[in-house]
Amino acid sequence: MISFQKMLKSIVYISILFLIVSCKQSETQDAEILNATESSSNSEFSDMSIFNLPSAWTNQEGEDIALESLQGKISVMVMIYTSCKAACPRLVADMRNIAKQIPKDKTDQVQYVFVSIDPEVDTPERLKKFAIENQMDSPEWLFLRGTEEDTREFAAVLAMSYKRISPIDFSHSNIISVFNRKGELIHQREGLSVDSKETVAAIQNLLR
Amino acid sequence: MALVKSGKYLPLYGDIDAYVEVSDFYIDTIAVTKAKYLEFLRENPQWRKSNVKGIFADDSYLSSWPEDLDYGDGHPDEPVTNISWFAAKEYCKYQGKRLPTLDEWEYAAMADEKTRDAREKVSYNQYILSWYERPKRGNEIVGSTFKNVWGIYDLHGLIWEWTQDFNSVMIASESRSGGNDTNLFCSAAAVGATDLMNYAAFMRYAYRSSIKGNNTGNNLGFRCAKDGN
Repeated sequence: MISFQKMLKSIVYISILFLIVSCKQSETQDAEILNATESSSNSEFSDMSIFNLPSAWTNQEGEDIALESLQGKISVMVMIYTSCKAACPRLVADMRNIAKQIPKDKTDQVQYVFVSIDPEVDTPERLKKFAIENQMDSPEWLFLRGTEEDTREFAAVLAMSYKRISPIDFSHSNIISVFNRKGELIHQREGLSVDSKETVAAIQNLLR
Repeated sequence: MALVKSGKYLPLYGDIDAYVEVSDFYIDTIAVTKAKYLEFLRENPQWRKSNVKGIFADDSYLSSWPEDLDYGDGHPDEPVTNISWFAAKEYCKYQGKRLPTLDEWEYAAMADEKTRDAREKVSYNQYILSWYERPKRGNEIVGSTFKNVWGIYDLHGLIWEWTQDFNSVMIASESRSGGNDTNLFCSAAAVGATDLMNYAAFMRYAYRSSIKGNNTGNNLGFRCAKDGN
Protein backbone atom coordinates (compact mmCIF):
# COMPACT_ATOMS: atom_id res chain seq x y z
CA MET A 1 0.00 0.00 0.00
CA ILE A 2 1.18 3.47 -0.79
CA SER A 3 0.55 5.65 2.22
CA PHE A 4 -2.13 8.29 2.03
CA GLN A 5 0.38 10.96 2.92
CA LYS A 6 2.61 9.98 0.06
CA MET A 7 -0.32 10.00 -2.30
CA LEU A 8 -1.32 13.46 -1.14
CA LYS A 9 2.21 14.68 -1.68
CA SER A 10 2.10 13.40 -5.20
CA ILE A 11 -1.21 15.03 -5.93
CA VAL A 12 0.21 18.37 -4.81
CA TYR A 13 3.21 17.70 -6.98
CA ILE A 14 0.99 16.94 -9.96
CA SER A 15 -1.02 20.09 -9.41
CA ILE A 16 2.18 22.11 -9.52
CA LEU A 17 3.16 20.36 -12.70
CA PHE A 18 -0.21 21.33 -14.17
CA LEU A 19 0.38 24.95 -13.34
CA ILE A 20 3.84 24.91 -14.85
CA VAL A 21 2.65 23.18 -17.95
CA SER A 22 -0.31 25.49 -18.47
CA CYS A 23 1.77 28.63 -17.97
CA LYS A 24 4.37 27.40 -20.41
CA GLN A 25 1.64 26.58 -22.86
CA SER A 26 0.16 30.05 -22.95
CA GLU A 27 3.63 31.53 -23.43
CA THR A 28 4.41 29.38 -26.44
CA GLN A 29 1.02 30.10 -27.89
CA ASP A 30 1.57 33.84 -27.75
CA ALA A 31 5.04 33.44 -29.18
CA GLU A 32 3.69 31.43 -32.08
CA ILE A 33 0.98 33.91 -32.81
CA LEU A 34 3.60 36.66 -32.81
CA ASN A 35 5.82 34.65 -35.14
CA ALA A 36 2.97 34.19 -37.52
CA THR A 37 2.28 37.89 -37.73
CA GLU A 38 5.91 38.76 -38.28
CA SER A 39 6.49 36.31 -41.05
CA SER A 40 3.47 37.21 -43.11
CA SER A 41 5.12 39.79 -45.31
CA ASN A 42 5.38 37.96 -48.62
CA SER A 43 2.44 36.90 -50.74
CA GLU A 44 3.08 33.16 -50.36
CA PHE A 45 1.74 31.79 -47.10
CA SER A 46 4.14 31.40 -44.20
CA ASP A 47 5.41 28.38 -42.27
CA MET A 48 2.72 28.88 -39.67
CA SER A 49 -0.16 28.85 -42.12
CA ILE A 50 -2.81 26.13 -41.96
CA PHE A 51 -2.71 26.17 -45.77
CA ASN A 52 0.38 23.98 -45.38
CA LEU A 53 -1.85 21.14 -44.20
CA PRO A 54 -2.16 18.70 -47.07
CA SER A 55 -5.65 17.61 -46.08
CA ALA A 56 -8.62 17.54 -48.44
CA TRP A 57 -12.13 18.40 -47.30
CA THR A 58 -15.68 18.22 -48.59
CA ASN A 59 -18.17 21.05 -48.00
CA GLN A 60 -21.92 21.00 -47.38
CA GLU A 61 -22.55 21.12 -51.14
CA GLY A 62 -20.55 17.93 -51.63
CA GLU A 63 -17.69 19.81 -53.33
CA ASP A 64 -14.04 18.99 -52.65
CA ILE A 65 -12.23 21.88 -51.09
CA ALA A 66 -8.65 22.51 -49.97
CA LEU A 67 -7.96 24.70 -46.98
CA GLU A 68 -5.81 26.78 -49.29
CA SER A 69 -8.95 28.02 -51.03
CA LEU A 70 -9.71 30.03 -47.88
CA GLN A 71 -6.74 32.20 -48.70
CA GLY A 72 -7.66 35.89 -48.89
CA LYS A 73 -10.46 35.66 -46.37
CA ILE A 74 -10.45 35.89 -42.61
CA SER A 75 -11.55 32.54 -41.24
CA VAL A 76 -13.38 31.97 -37.99
CA MET A 77 -13.29 28.26 -37.21
CA VAL A 78 -14.85 25.90 -34.74
CA MET A 79 -15.00 22.10 -34.53
CA ILE A 80 -18.38 20.52 -33.82
CA TYR A 81 -20.54 17.54 -34.75
CA THR A 82 -24.13 17.90 -35.89
CA SER A 83 -25.74 15.29 -33.62
CA CYS A 84 -24.38 17.13 -30.60
CA LYS A 85 -27.03 18.23 -28.16
CA ALA A 86 -25.07 19.98 -25.43
CA ALA A 87 -22.20 22.29 -26.23
CA CYS A 88 -22.45 22.55 -30.01
CA PRO A 89 -25.74 24.48 -30.23
CA ARG A 90 -24.11 27.03 -27.96
CA LEU A 91 -21.01 27.16 -30.13
CA VAL A 92 -23.26 27.67 -33.15
CA ALA A 93 -25.01 30.48 -31.29
CA ASP A 94 -21.63 31.98 -30.39
CA MET A 95 -20.57 31.93 -34.04
CA ARG A 96 -23.82 33.56 -35.08
CA ASN A 97 -23.37 36.17 -32.39
CA ILE A 98 -19.86 36.94 -33.65
CA ALA A 99 -21.05 37.19 -37.25
CA LYS A 100 -23.82 39.60 -36.24
CA GLN A 101 -21.27 42.05 -34.89
CA ILE A 102 -19.31 42.25 -38.13
CA PRO A 103 -20.46 45.08 -40.45
CA LYS A 104 -22.67 43.81 -43.28
CA ASP A 105 -20.49 45.26 -46.01
CA LYS A 106 -17.57 43.13 -44.76
CA THR A 107 -19.44 39.84 -44.80
CA ASP A 108 -17.78 38.71 -48.01
CA GLN A 109 -14.36 39.05 -46.38
CA VAL A 110 -15.05 36.67 -43.53
CA GLN A 111 -15.56 32.91 -43.76
CA TYR A 112 -17.19 31.15 -40.84
CA VAL A 113 -16.11 27.54 -40.83
CA PHE A 114 -17.50 24.55 -38.96
CA VAL A 115 -15.28 21.47 -39.09
CA SER A 116 -16.96 18.19 -38.19
CA ILE A 117 -15.26 15.92 -35.66
CA ASP A 118 -17.66 13.14 -36.69
CA PRO A 119 -16.94 12.71 -40.41
CA GLU A 120 -18.60 9.29 -40.47
CA VAL A 121 -22.02 10.65 -39.56
CA ASP A 122 -21.66 14.19 -40.87
CA THR A 123 -22.08 13.59 -44.58
CA PRO A 124 -22.36 16.62 -46.89
CA GLU A 125 -26.15 16.08 -46.98
CA ARG A 126 -26.32 16.15 -43.25
CA LEU A 127 -24.15 19.25 -43.06
CA LYS A 128 -26.37 20.95 -45.61
CA LYS A 129 -29.45 20.08 -43.57
CA PHE A 130 -27.74 21.41 -40.45
CA ALA A 131 -26.90 24.65 -42.27
CA ILE A 132 -30.49 25.13 -43.36
CA GLU A 133 -31.89 24.32 -39.90
CA ASN A 134 -29.62 26.91 -38.38
CA GLN A 135 -30.29 29.57 -41.03
CA MET A 136 -26.70 29.34 -42.12
CA ASP A 137 -27.34 28.44 -45.71
CA SER A 138 -25.44 31.34 -47.25
CA PRO A 139 -21.91 31.65 -48.65
CA GLU A 140 -20.27 33.04 -45.49
CA TRP A 141 -21.02 29.77 -43.68
CA LEU A 142 -18.87 26.81 -44.59
CA PHE A 143 -19.23 23.28 -43.23
CA LEU A 144 -16.34 20.89 -43.72
CA ARG A 145 -15.76 17.22 -43.33
CA GLY A 146 -12.49 15.34 -43.89
CA THR A 147 -10.96 11.95 -43.12
CA GLU A 148 -10.54 10.84 -39.51
CA GLU A 149 -6.81 11.36 -39.83
CA ASP A 150 -7.02 14.85 -41.33
CA THR A 151 -9.55 15.86 -38.71
CA ARG A 152 -7.26 14.65 -35.92
CA GLU A 153 -4.43 16.58 -37.55
CA PHE A 154 -6.45 19.74 -37.87
CA ALA A 155 -7.37 19.47 -34.18
CA ALA A 156 -3.70 19.07 -33.30
CA VAL A 157 -3.00 22.41 -34.95
CA LEU A 158 -5.76 24.11 -32.98
CA ALA A 159 -4.78 22.41 -29.69
CA MET A 160 -8.33 21.12 -29.70
CA SER A 161 -9.09 17.82 -27.98
CA TYR A 162 -11.92 15.45 -28.78
CA LYS A 163 -12.82 11.88 -28.07
CA ARG A 164 -15.73 9.66 -28.99
CA ILE A 165 -17.32 8.72 -25.69
CA SER A 166 -20.28 6.74 -26.95
CA PRO A 167 -21.53 5.68 -30.38
CA ILE A 168 -23.26 9.05 -30.79
CA ASP A 169 -21.41 11.42 -28.51
CA PHE A 170 -18.05 13.12 -28.32
CA SER A 171 -16.47 15.12 -25.60
CA HIS A 172 -14.55 18.02 -27.03
CA SER A 173 -12.97 21.31 -26.13
CA ASN A 174 -14.85 24.42 -27.12
CA ILE A 175 -12.49 26.66 -29.02
CA ILE A 176 -13.23 29.32 -31.62
CA SER A 177 -10.15 30.26 -33.65
CA VAL A 178 -9.55 33.26 -35.89
CA PHE A 179 -7.12 33.00 -38.82
CA ASN A 180 -5.87 35.87 -40.95
CA ARG A 181 -6.05 35.95 -44.74
CA LYS A 182 -2.87 33.88 -44.94
CA GLY A 183 -4.14 31.11 -42.71
CA GLU A 184 -2.16 32.07 -39.64
CA LEU A 185 -3.73 31.63 -36.22
CA ILE A 186 -4.31 35.05 -34.70
CA HIS A 187 -6.73 34.50 -31.86
CA GLN A 188 -8.34 31.70 -29.88
CA ARG A 189 -11.18 31.81 -27.47
CA GLU A 190 -12.00 28.90 -25.25
CA GLY A 191 -15.22 28.19 -23.41
CA LEU A 192 -18.95 28.38 -24.01
CA SER A 193 -20.95 31.58 -24.24
CA VAL A 194 -17.84 33.50 -23.27
CA ASP A 195 -17.94 37.19 -24.07
CA SER A 196 -17.22 37.44 -27.78
CA LYS A 197 -15.79 40.96 -27.55
CA GLU A 198 -12.16 39.92 -27.98
CA THR A 199 -12.94 37.61 -30.86
CA VAL A 200 -14.90 40.32 -32.66
CA ALA A 201 -12.10 42.79 -31.99
CA ALA A 202 -9.57 40.35 -33.46
CA ILE A 203 -11.65 40.02 -36.63
CA GLN A 204 -12.21 43.76 -36.94
CA ASN A 205 -8.53 44.35 -36.50
CA LEU A 206 -7.84 42.04 -39.45
CA LEU A 207 -10.51 43.76 -41.55
CA ARG A 208 -8.76 47.07 -41.21
CA MET B 1 8.19 -5.35 -33.16
CA ALA B 2 6.38 -7.06 -30.34
CA LEU B 3 2.86 -8.45 -30.61
CA VAL B 4 0.51 -7.24 -27.93
CA LYS B 5 -2.54 -9.46 -27.56
CA SER B 6 -6.02 -8.00 -27.44
CA GLY B 7 -7.77 -7.34 -24.18
CA LYS B 8 -9.85 -4.95 -22.16
CA TYR B 9 -8.59 -2.35 -19.80
CA LEU B 10 -9.94 0.41 -17.64
CA PRO B 11 -8.27 3.67 -18.62
CA LEU B 12 -7.59 6.40 -16.12
CA TYR B 13 -10.13 8.67 -17.81
CA GLY B 14 -13.57 7.70 -18.89
CA ASP B 15 -16.63 6.49 -17.07
CA ILE B 16 -16.29 4.10 -14.19
CA ASP B 17 -16.54 0.57 -15.58
CA ALA B 18 -16.07 1.92 -19.10
CA TYR B 19 -13.67 -0.75 -20.23
CA VAL B 20 -11.87 -0.12 -23.48
CA GLU B 21 -11.20 -2.97 -25.87
CA VAL B 22 -7.82 -3.04 -27.50
CA SER B 23 -7.27 -5.30 -30.53
CA ASP B 24 -4.07 -7.17 -31.31
CA PHE B 25 -1.34 -4.81 -32.42
CA TYR B 26 2.39 -4.68 -33.01
CA ILE B 27 4.58 -2.07 -31.41
CA ASP B 28 8.29 -1.29 -31.73
CA THR B 29 10.23 -2.85 -28.87
CA ILE B 30 12.40 0.26 -28.64
CA ALA B 31 11.85 3.97 -29.28
CA VAL B 32 13.10 5.51 -32.54
CA THR B 33 16.80 6.32 -32.18
CA LYS B 34 18.85 9.27 -33.38
CA ALA B 35 20.56 7.06 -35.95
CA LYS B 36 17.24 5.82 -37.33
CA TYR B 37 15.83 9.30 -37.47
CA LEU B 38 18.90 10.50 -39.32
CA GLU B 39 18.25 7.85 -41.98
CA PHE B 40 14.71 9.18 -42.33
CA LEU B 41 16.00 12.74 -42.69
CA ARG B 42 18.38 11.70 -45.46
CA GLU B 43 15.40 10.47 -47.49
CA ASN B 44 12.95 13.16 -46.41
CA PRO B 45 14.58 16.59 -46.66
CA GLN B 46 11.35 18.39 -45.82
CA TRP B 47 11.69 17.16 -42.23
CA ARG B 48 15.24 18.47 -41.72
CA LYS B 49 15.35 21.21 -39.12
CA SER B 50 16.22 23.94 -41.61
CA ASN B 51 13.31 22.99 -43.88
CA VAL B 52 10.52 22.00 -41.54
CA LYS B 53 7.54 24.35 -41.41
CA GLY B 54 6.66 25.98 -38.10
CA ILE B 55 3.13 24.69 -38.15
CA PHE B 56 4.51 21.12 -38.09
CA ALA B 57 7.36 21.59 -35.62
CA ASP B 58 8.24 24.43 -33.26
CA ASP B 59 11.63 26.09 -32.83
CA SER B 60 12.99 23.40 -30.51
CA TYR B 61 12.59 20.68 -33.11
CA LEU B 62 15.83 18.61 -32.99
CA SER B 63 17.32 21.43 -30.93
CA SER B 64 20.36 19.41 -29.88
CA TRP B 65 21.33 18.70 -33.50
CA PRO B 66 24.12 21.05 -34.64
CA GLU B 67 23.32 20.44 -38.31
CA ASP B 68 20.46 19.10 -40.40
CA LEU B 69 22.12 15.71 -40.78
CA ASP B 70 24.21 15.62 -37.64
CA TYR B 71 22.86 14.68 -34.22
CA GLY B 72 26.04 15.83 -32.49
CA ASP B 73 28.00 14.03 -29.81
CA GLY B 74 25.22 11.74 -28.64
CA HIS B 75 25.17 7.97 -29.00
CA PRO B 76 23.41 6.75 -32.17
CA ASP B 77 21.18 4.56 -30.01
CA GLU B 78 19.87 7.36 -27.86
CA PRO B 79 16.16 7.93 -28.43
CA VAL B 80 15.49 10.86 -30.73
CA THR B 81 13.68 13.63 -28.84
CA ASN B 82 12.51 17.16 -29.59
CA ILE B 83 10.26 15.64 -32.21
CA SER B 84 6.81 17.00 -32.98
CA TRP B 85 3.70 14.85 -33.38
CA PHE B 86 3.59 15.68 -37.09
CA ALA B 87 7.18 14.54 -37.55
CA ALA B 88 6.65 11.35 -35.55
CA LYS B 89 3.52 10.57 -37.54
CA GLU B 90 5.34 11.03 -40.86
CA TYR B 91 8.27 8.92 -39.74
CA CYS B 92 5.98 6.03 -38.88
CA LYS B 93 4.04 6.40 -42.12
CA TYR B 94 7.30 6.27 -44.04
CA GLN B 95 8.08 2.93 -42.36
CA GLY B 96 4.65 1.58 -43.29
CA LYS B 97 3.58 1.93 -39.68
CA ARG B 98 1.63 4.41 -37.58
CA LEU B 99 1.82 5.90 -34.11
CA PRO B 100 0.24 3.77 -31.40
CA THR B 101 -3.13 5.01 -30.19
CA LEU B 102 -3.31 6.36 -26.70
CA ASP B 103 -5.23 3.28 -25.58
CA GLU B 104 -2.72 0.92 -27.19
CA TRP B 105 0.17 2.71 -25.53
CA GLU B 106 -1.43 2.75 -22.10
CA TYR B 107 -2.51 -0.88 -22.46
CA ALA B 108 1.00 -2.04 -23.33
CA ALA B 109 2.49 0.17 -20.62
CA MET B 110 0.42 -1.39 -17.82
CA ALA B 111 2.76 -4.35 -17.93
CA ASP B 112 5.85 -4.96 -15.87
CA GLU B 113 8.40 -7.74 -16.38
CA LYS B 114 5.99 -10.45 -15.29
CA THR B 115 2.38 -9.34 -15.59
CA ARG B 116 0.19 -7.71 -18.23
CA ASP B 117 -1.46 -5.37 -15.75
CA ALA B 118 0.85 -4.32 -12.96
CA ARG B 119 -0.90 -1.09 -12.14
CA GLU B 120 -1.88 -2.18 -8.67
CA LYS B 121 1.63 -3.23 -7.75
CA VAL B 122 3.46 -0.87 -5.43
CA SER B 123 6.78 -1.60 -7.09
CA TYR B 124 5.45 -0.69 -10.54
CA ASN B 125 4.11 2.68 -9.41
CA GLN B 126 7.16 3.49 -7.34
CA TYR B 127 9.40 2.76 -10.30
CA ILE B 128 7.51 5.14 -12.57
CA LEU B 129 7.22 7.91 -10.03
CA SER B 130 10.84 7.79 -9.07
CA TRP B 131 11.61 8.20 -12.77
CA TYR B 132 9.28 11.21 -13.02
CA GLU B 133 11.03 12.78 -10.05
CA ARG B 134 14.52 12.24 -11.43
CA PRO B 135 15.96 14.98 -13.59
CA LYS B 136 16.69 13.91 -17.14
CA ARG B 137 20.17 12.46 -17.24
CA GLY B 138 20.50 12.25 -21.00
CA ASN B 139 22.81 9.92 -22.85
CA GLU B 140 20.74 6.90 -21.97
CA ILE B 141 20.31 4.55 -24.88
CA VAL B 142 17.21 2.62 -25.90
CA GLY B 143 16.79 -0.73 -24.21
CA SER B 144 18.41 0.50 -21.01
CA THR B 145 15.37 0.10 -18.78
CA PHE B 146 13.19 -2.93 -18.16
CA LYS B 147 11.68 -5.21 -20.79
CA ASN B 148 8.03 -5.85 -20.06
CA VAL B 149 6.10 -9.08 -20.41
CA TRP B 150 5.24 -8.29 -24.05
CA GLY B 151 8.94 -7.86 -24.88
CA ILE B 152 8.80 -4.06 -25.05
CA TYR B 153 11.56 -1.92 -23.54
CA ASP B 154 11.53 1.51 -21.94
CA LEU B 155 7.83 2.35 -21.86
CA HIS B 156 8.66 3.87 -18.49
CA GLY B 157 11.99 5.21 -17.41
CA LEU B 158 13.52 6.63 -20.58
CA ILE B 159 11.35 9.20 -22.39
CA TRP B 160 7.73 10.31 -22.80
CA GLU B 161 6.18 9.20 -26.06
CA TRP B 162 3.75 10.59 -28.62
CA THR B 163 0.53 8.75 -29.36
CA GLN B 164 -1.65 9.06 -32.45
CA ASP B 165 -4.63 10.58 -30.66
CA PHE B 166 -2.78 12.38 -27.89
CA ASN B 167 -5.34 15.16 -28.31
CA SER B 168 -8.22 12.96 -27.24
CA VAL B 169 -7.60 13.55 -23.58
CA MET B 170 -10.45 15.42 -22.02
CA ILE B 171 -9.79 16.71 -18.59
CA ALA B 172 -12.81 18.41 -17.06
CA SER B 173 -12.83 22.13 -17.65
CA GLU B 174 -9.77 21.95 -19.78
CA SER B 175 -7.99 25.24 -19.64
CA ARG B 176 -4.86 26.56 -21.19
CA SER B 177 -5.35 30.09 -20.06
CA GLY B 178 -4.90 29.80 -16.32
CA GLY B 179 -7.00 32.04 -14.09
CA ASN B 180 -9.98 30.79 -12.14
CA ASP B 181 -10.38 27.71 -14.24
CA THR B 182 -7.10 26.31 -12.98
CA ASN B 183 -8.55 25.41 -9.61
CA LEU B 184 -11.49 23.72 -11.17
CA PHE B 185 -9.15 22.03 -13.61
CA CYS B 186 -6.97 20.37 -10.99
CA SER B 187 -9.65 19.31 -8.53
CA ALA B 188 -12.10 18.25 -11.21
CA ALA B 189 -9.48 16.07 -12.79
CA ALA B 190 -8.58 14.40 -9.52
CA VAL B 191 -12.17 13.52 -8.75
CA GLY B 192 -12.82 12.19 -12.22
CA ALA B 193 -9.96 9.74 -12.13
CA THR B 194 -11.22 6.18 -11.95
CA ASP B 195 -8.08 5.06 -10.25
CA LEU B 196 -6.59 7.57 -7.88
CA MET B 197 -3.74 5.24 -7.09
CA ASN B 198 -2.60 5.48 -10.64
CA TYR B 199 -1.28 8.99 -10.41
CA ALA B 200 1.62 8.11 -12.67
CA ALA B 201 -0.83 7.74 -15.52
CA PHE B 202 -2.47 10.93 -14.35
CA MET B 203 0.73 12.81 -15.07
CA ARG B 204 0.98 11.36 -18.56
CA TYR B 205 -2.58 12.41 -19.34
CA ALA B 206 -1.93 15.86 -17.95
CA TYR B 207 1.15 16.23 -20.08
CA ARG B 208 -0.62 15.08 -23.23
CA SER B 209 -3.50 17.46 -22.71
CA SER B 210 -1.09 20.36 -22.43
CA ILE B 211 0.69 20.00 -25.75
CA LYS B 212 0.01 20.87 -29.36
CA GLY B 213 0.93 18.86 -32.42
CA ASN B 214 3.90 21.04 -33.30
CA ASN B 215 5.36 21.15 -29.79
CA THR B 216 8.60 19.34 -29.03
CA GLY B 217 10.37 18.51 -25.79
CA ASN B 218 13.79 17.22 -24.89
CA ASN B 219 12.19 14.33 -23.07
CA LEU B 220 9.57 13.53 -25.69
CA GLY B 221 10.16 10.94 -28.39
CA PHE B 222 8.15 8.17 -29.98
CA ARG B 223 7.92 4.63 -31.29
CA CYS B 224 5.70 3.20 -34.04
CA ALA B 225 2.99 0.57 -34.12
CA LYS B 226 1.00 -1.45 -36.60
CA ASP B 227 -2.35 -3.29 -36.66
CA GLY B 228 -2.26 -6.95 -35.66
CA ASN B 229 -3.02 -9.85 -38.05
